[in-house]
Amino acid sequence: MRTRTTTRIGQYAALLAYLVFLALPFLWLLSTAFKSPRELGSLHPTWIPRHPTLDNFRQAFDEQPLLHAALNSLLAAAGAAVVAVVVATPPAYVMARRRSALTRAATGWVIVSQAFPLVLVIIPLFLVLKNLRLVDSLAGLTLVYVVWALPFALWMLAGYVRAVPTEVEEAAAVDGAGRARTLVSVVAPLLAPGIVATGLFAFVTAWNEFFFALVLLKTSEKQTLPVVLTHFIGAEGVADLGPLAAAAFLATLPSLVVFAIVQRRITGGMLTGAVKS
Amino acid sequence: MRARPIVLLVLALLLAGCTSTGPEKDGRITLRFQSLAWQEESVQANKELVKEWNARHPNVKVQYVQGSWDSVHDQLLTSFEGGQAPDIIHDASDDLADFAYGGYLADLHPLLPARLKSDIPQRSWDTTTFGDGVYGVPFLQEPRVLVADATWLKRAGVRIPTVQHPWSWPEFRRITERLSGNGTYGVAWPLKEPVSATLNLSLSTGGELFHRGADGKVTVRFEADDEVVPRTIHDQANTDRSASPTTLGSGGSDTLPGFFGGKYAMVPLGFSYRQQIAQQAPKGFDWQVLPAPAGTDGLAQGVSPQTLSIAQDSRHKKEAAEFIDFLLRPSNMVRLALGDWMLPTGTRALADPALHTAQDGWATGTALAARLRSAPSQSVRGYPEWKDKVATPAFQEYYSGAIGLDELRHRLEKDGNLVLARYQR
Repeated sequence: MRTRTTTRIGQYAALLAYLVFLALPFLWLLSTAFKSPRELGSLHPTWIPRHPTLDNFRQAFDEQPLLHAALNSLLAAAGAAVVAVVVATPPAYVMARRRSALTRAATGWVIVSQAFPLVLVIIPLFLVLKNLRLVDSLAGLTLVYVVWALPFALWMLAGYVRAVPTEVEEAAAVDGAGRARTLVSVVAPLLAPGIVATGLFAFVTAWNEFFFALVLLKTSEKQTLPVVLTHFIGAEGVADLGPLAAAAFLATLPSLVVFAIVQRRITGGMLTGAVKS
Repeated sequence: MRARPIVLLVLALLLAGCTSTGPEKDGRITLRFQSLAWQEESVQANKELVKEWNARHPNVKVQYVQGSWDSVHDQLLTSFEGGQAPDIIHDASDDLADFAYGGYLADLHPLLPARLKSDIPQRSWDTTTFGDGVYGVPFLQEPRVLVADATWLKRAGVRIPTVQHPWSWPEFRRITERLSGNGTYGVAWPLKEPVSATLNLSLSTGGELFHRGADGKVTVRFEADDEVVPRTIHDQANTDRSASPTTLGSGGSDTLPGFFGGKYAMVPLGFSYRQQIAQQAPKGFDWQVLPAPAGTDGLAQGVSPQTLSIAQDSRHKKEAAEFIDFLLRPSNMVRLALGDWMLPTGTRALADPALHTAQDGWATGTALAARLRSAPSQSVRGYPEWKDKVATPAFQEYYSGAIGLDELRHRLEKDGNLVLARYQR
């Protein structure tokens, strides 16, 4: 009995340590965002600001168009998430349900496509988008995010489709439902957690993405949040630390909020069908 | 069903974001000016000047585009390749060589007015001259200075150097040794970027490192004059223990808490760091700006000024040059300099009384302006690769005591010349 309690305490301690490890950078960012320049220059920094101030937030908003950039990021990320999910769901279903040389090749291609480094594709991509007159537009950036997220979204969704028992579809067919009806009324609701998780993945990836946005967007009005954050960094990497931390803290909030809202649904969905009842 | 309005809204907003104003409308010209200003006062000064220009020139509108020092090279490269570069480009002279030789930047010589050409000294123009052309207007620059804890120096009774009577490198070494002890150090060298700091300071001792032959090809030769500065730093850190070993891999900002906390008596920093120091120094902390040590060539120092260039693809080069001329009028140059806590290159701007006050060390920096020269690396093709692959690790290992001077020389010369040769075939 004592051994079990000790093991349990050890497990919780390890879990707590892991959580602290994950949370430390964010907590430090939070702490920095509320510190004055003088406190930031202190030799003995404290976790809790001695004289908390909102000046960094004021300065961040005064210097850079953070709200506008956040709106741009939201448009590109939400657009990419919606389009990626809509485009990826049908092929993911086919990849999961039909076994053929084509689906195996598609799966292989999905994995290989993840290996391409950004710098390899950026100039050709830039030229393609330029010909399509999509450079310096959020639509062009969204298109890039969709293409970039698509392989992983496909792979992820195919996994969720495989988790839906084929017996459910067969039962629907026995009840007289056609293929389309089965997909819309039976498979789609069961896939909802997977679709949400995939959409979330595409959203967060696009929300945080920096390099494409840097290269493809030219006018200040269209820049996204990660690009605007770099404006707090000067030559030789010198940073305006307080406003940078304040802006970075605000930039992480949407991802946190979205995760907090849908987390229960995702976890529930992932466990669906995990065991036979 | 509830998702449909959201999807429609996203698509509608995306299409709205798609529309862009054309470069020209009703005969009016729109120029895009990409600025890298990042400090609060500097961004404000730039935006104000753009606003003033636009108010006075209704037919030539300048659009302010915010860039970032952090990523400017990659961003400009793709913009040039894609024919989407801004008309007016803010950058630094040490980043221009490849763009200039690559034909991406316009030769400014025929475009700039005589006023501007004569206002900026030739030694500054040298930093943006590549081959026969001038590819940028150098307008702000900063020397490396010693920022010192004035109370500490006074208490130690050391001679305070001035621009007229600076410390020599051996004297500097002796003084830092005298200031050290009990866990404190006379100096903290922030050498995260050891190459530019070493090379630029080595001009004071006559170190050139890059030697151009009669055939125009550049080779690296690490000679006696090049050794003085690196050897001083090495000996301070490894022999005298008068330089903090922990800051050798740090950036300038990282040394400030230790400086304010009484761990280091002096920190060699770029002139613009004064802004951070003024902002972050504890109340009552007495700091002062001192000139860097002098060598056989006095207080000479290499610099890579901030520059304004015009894209070769710009359809309105004349108007872009007029905007640069406006931006760099003496009074405007002073505003930009004060905003960035740097020195203007223009002689008339440099004479402004606002830049000669003792407060925050302005007068010391201004007095150094005449000694600033083009950084040795300026026009060396292949320098970025030489710096990243050969020189940075070699200097870092030398300063940490892992290798000696002979090994440093061997790497800089042998490995370095192999790299440079590839760019000069």
